[in-house]
Amino acid sequence: MPTVSESSNGRLIARMENVTLSFGERVVLKDCSLDIVEGAITCIIGLSGAGKSTILRLLDGLLLPNDGHVYVRGEDICHMTEEQRNVVRQKISLSFQFSALLDSLTVGENVALPLREHTRLSEAEIRRAVMDSLDSVGLTQAYDNLPAELSGGMLKRAGFARAIVTRPELVLYDEPTTGLDPIVTNLITDTILRLREKLRGTAVVISHDLPSIFAMADYVAMLFEGAIIAYDTADRIRNSHNPIVAQFLEGSEFGPIPI
Amino acid sequence: MRLLDRFGRATTDFFEYAGGVTLLSGESLGFMARLRIRAGETVSQCAILGVQSIVIVILTALFTGMVISLESAQQAVAYGFSGFVGGAVAYGTVRELGPMLTAVVVAGRVASAIAAELGSMVVTEQIEALRSMGLQPARFLVVPRLTALLLMLPLLTIFADVVSIVGGMWVAQAYAHIPYATFLSSVRQTIDFPDVVKGLLKSFVFATIIVMVGAYQGLSTRGGAAGVGQAVTGAVVLAIILIFASNFVLSFLLFG
Ligand SMILES: Nc1ncnc2c1ncn2[C@@H]1O[C@H](COP(=O)(O)OP(=O)(O)OP(=O)(O)O)[C@@H](O)[C@H]1O
Ligand SMILES: [Mg+2]
Repeated sequence: MPTVSESSNGRLIARMENVTLSFGERVVLKDCSLDIVEGAITCIIGLSGAGKSTILRLLDGLLLPNDGHVYVRGEDICHMTEEQRNVVRQKISLSFQFSALLDSLTVGENVALPLREHTRLSEAEIRRAVMDSLDSVGLTQAYDNLPAELSGGMLKRAGFARAIVTRPELVLYDEPTTGLDPIVTNLITDTILRLREKLRGTAVVISHDLPSIFAMADYVAMLFEGAIIAYDTADRIRNSHNPIVAQFLEGSEFGPIPI
Repeated sequence: MRLLDRFGRATTDFFEYAGGVTLLSGESLGFMARLRIRAGETVSQCAILGVQSIVIVILTALFTGMVISLESAQQAVAYGFSGFVGGAVAYGTVRELGPMLTAVVVAGRVASAIAAELGSMVVTEQIEALRSMGLQPARFLVVPRLTALLLMLPLLTIFADVVSIVGGMWVAQAYAHIPYATFLSSVRQTIDFPDVVKGLLKSFVFATIIVMVGAYQGLSTRGGAAGVGQAVTGAVVLAIILIFASNFVLSFLLFG
């Protein structure tokens, strides 16, 4: 099993260790381990339904594993009280696959929510931070709209803006560019990169968009049949001889991946 | 064996459910005790859950008071104790029907509304989003609704008591020619202040039942729009049954 220690000596911000998770009969993750290097962008690739979103939920403590451990900054979040987890979560944020905005609040209020709840910033400062965040996804004009008035792509960008507004240490992006036009895709990729450059923030990105992955990833992990079967620097993954990785990147119907 | 299995399953389900509701209630009441209440949201919930229930509560109370009065006035005239009709209406209303019918009517509106709203927040991952921001759904969503209904249901109950007595008074006069003064003095003789307070005490319990059952049903929604539908129906049925059952227990404890 490949681990990060072979390919990097960076500090870890989070780590999944031998995690097994099932929903009823269906085993989604089996003895799955993954290291998240601090200050790096780690992309997770894998088939649809493989359990990528599930991994992000585990890292955020929204799901607990049936077996194994999840560490954030060295602390096992599985054995914390929900209150302790809430403290950890203030440093992590999750940009959901389907945006998950609160539909009773406007876009501006949605993005402002984590700041209003967890900081003592003044309304003016909050507004500035929210505008800044919306600007980085090209959505300032939607400030006063309700989520129901936005398109799918706009919702996704608003969810992204909410996730980065607090400048968290670790951001988990669930398919941030899926279904967006090429220009906005670039805008979002740039924003993820910029957050890493400016704030040394760590990012875990799930994506199916290979150009965008190789534009930003430091590390790439491939999830297949419940475990991480390949984990390496982006360059080495791109040239990987692992037949599963190679077939996935090529998008070929022929190979070891059953269809 | 199968029967025993099913019985065992039902028993564990029951305790799981009861435990879940109790935990959520404990958590919510804990936030309230520490005054971690979002004021703005509570005020808007007062309007949504309370004020918008006024018309339906008034109508229910009015017709209930009228029908009790009608029935007892008939008997009263036949047996010559028309001086007691006011008491009969007030007694039944303030101690039993006022709090209970108000709660049942409000449960139909409010338990379903809460279950539907929270249920659809579950299926659209909004609840997970709250949790991922480190916000507790109990504090964020349940506490404002609970606070609002704890304020509004007793008020609605007082409203219902008054409307019901006034309706009864009108029917007694129109139907059995019992003067308003006779009716009212009978009301005063039969009902005292503690009765009213005990009736209101009931409505605090009912308010808690309505919100907690609605919220728990909503938050434990599974599986899409159909799941929301099930959560809503379940919430109304269960809240109403619990209101009737706890009303019996409360009457026994308070008036027994
Ligand atoms: N709440 C749940 N209950 C039951 N099964 C679930 C639940 N959530 C996820 N699953 C199952 O877990 C598996 C992994 O789901 P997950 O959402 O993590 O996939 P994914 O890799 O993110 O897929 P995609 O790329 O399509 O988003 C799926 O097979 C799904 O059916
Ligand atoms: Mg997913």
